[in-house]
Amino acid sequence: MGFELFGLPMIYYIAMIVKVLVVFVFVLLTVAYATYAERKIIGHMQVRLGPMRTGWHGLLQPIADGIKLFFKEEIVPSQSDKFAFLLAPIIALIPAFIGFAVIPFGDTIEVMGYKIPLQIAAFYDTAAGKVVDLNVGVLYILALASVGVYGIVLAGWASNSKYSLLGGLRSSAQMISYELAAGLAIISVFMMSESLSLQKIVADQAGFGWYAFKQPLAFILFFICSIAEINRTPFDLPEAETELVSGFCTEYSSMKYAMFFMAEYANMVTVCAVTTTLFLGGWHGPGFLPGWVWFIAKVYFLIFVCMWIRATYPRYRYDQLMRLGWKVFLPLTLLNIVVTGLIAR
Amino acid sequence: MEQYLFYILAAAMLIATVFAITEKHPVHAIVYLVTSFFALAAIFYLLAAPMIAAFEVIIYAGAVMVLFLFVIMMLDLGHPEKAARPGIGHWLPAMVLGVVIAAAAVTAITLRTTTAPATRVIGIKEFSVALFQRYGVAIEIISMQLLFAVVGALYLGRKR
Repeated sequence: MGFELFGLPMIYYIAMIVKVLVVFVFVLLTVAYATYAERKIIGHMQVRLGPMRTGWHGLLQPIADGIKLFFKEEIVPSQSDKFAFLLAPIIALIPAFIGFAVIPFGDTIEVMGYKIPLQIAAFYDTAAGKVVDLNVGVLYILALASVGVYGIVLAGWASNSKYSLLGGLRSSAQMISYELAAGLAIISVFMMSESLSLQKIVADQAGFGWYAFKQPLAFILFFICSIAEINRTPFDLPEAETELVSGFCTEYSSMKYAMFFMAEYANMVTVCAVTTTLFLGGWHGPGFLPGWVWFIAKVYFLIFVCMWIRATYPRYRYDQLMRLGWKVFLPLTLLNIVVTGLIAR
Repeated sequence: MEQYLFYILAAAMLIATVFAITEKHPVHAIVYLVTSFFALAAIFYLLAAPMIAAFEVIIYAGAVMVLFLFVIMMLDLGHPEKAARPGIGHWLPAMVLGVVIAAAAVTAITLRTTTAPATRVIGIKEFSVALFQRYGVAIEIISMQLLFAVVGALYLGRKR
């Protein structure tokens, strides 16, 4: 392994590619089985069984759904704007996946004498003896979240259908509003850790010094705003099927629809991973299990909470949603910042 | 390695910007402009300014252009792609300005005697101290200006 490329040892590149592949496959599998878990969990909460026919207790259901969607006819409406119509699902899907690049999902491991941090966009600086990662990791995630809006807006506009347009408009207004509140909610975390690096934020939370305990209001606000930002129940107005057919993806079929669907679930996984990293101590946990197991357990628990919320609460009305975002959450996050500034220092 | 990346990104940015200017459909133009902002953000990152890169995407691509798109979606534009191409008269002011800026840039580069200081990544703390202590007054004046704009918009939008 003495071979070097651009002044870095070969193992650096191999580790990077392996990390990307592992995380990508993990997120894809989680997305596939989140759809199954969602149907199963909501089913049982509503005293139904959920999918039962495909495989043992319906375990092959996501694969069957994927194959079905793959073989559906691709329909591009004749009056649509082709350029934007084809671009929208791609723009929706990519930010949902690449957010994982900055999330630390485990402790530094040692392979053949090289220390490799379990975070894609990070490396171990042997001279300084510490892990170097993107020093604005949280801003990177916020930036990707703000880009995800484009997919939905363009889809709504390009379809040239009134339901799609209304869904797209609602969605963009909702995402812009809640993005603000979510961004402000985590400022109190930066204030306490004095850094935007996720590696540092996780390191600060070792030994159950979780920010969820130190910043309970920020934790709750961030989680709720994130659920609103990824358009999940009780904030799933863009797809309110009783009013808007299927919202921005009304005109989409086959794999393009599947891409929106995957983006939605991948966003849920990303949001749960970010919440875990910022507030639930990341991969820290009692030492009898390795860090990444704790990380996955916490992320899956939050995904379960998302599904639990969906099974429990009815949908908000549009004006209630906007009022909640601007008149309740935004002032609360600002108040939280002021209080944190007064107490923490 | 980094300079090749810089040239690739700069080329992508220029091409996207040219498309954004020449595209007749406003929605497509916005998509090209956002692409250009992304390339610019990546260039900022290469120049060891990851925070500026993130703000470029969050503010310009994520907020300003989304609002542009929002407004354009609300308007019924008909068929902008069928409109006539702008004539030479429309291009003239842009070309004059382009020549002036190009001349200024070339002069600045050829007459420059000092080399650029070595780039280094600065942390959030250093950045905030510079922003709110050294340039605190300027920041306040800019925020006041934004406040005026908001008050003006509220005045225009009030119920009569």
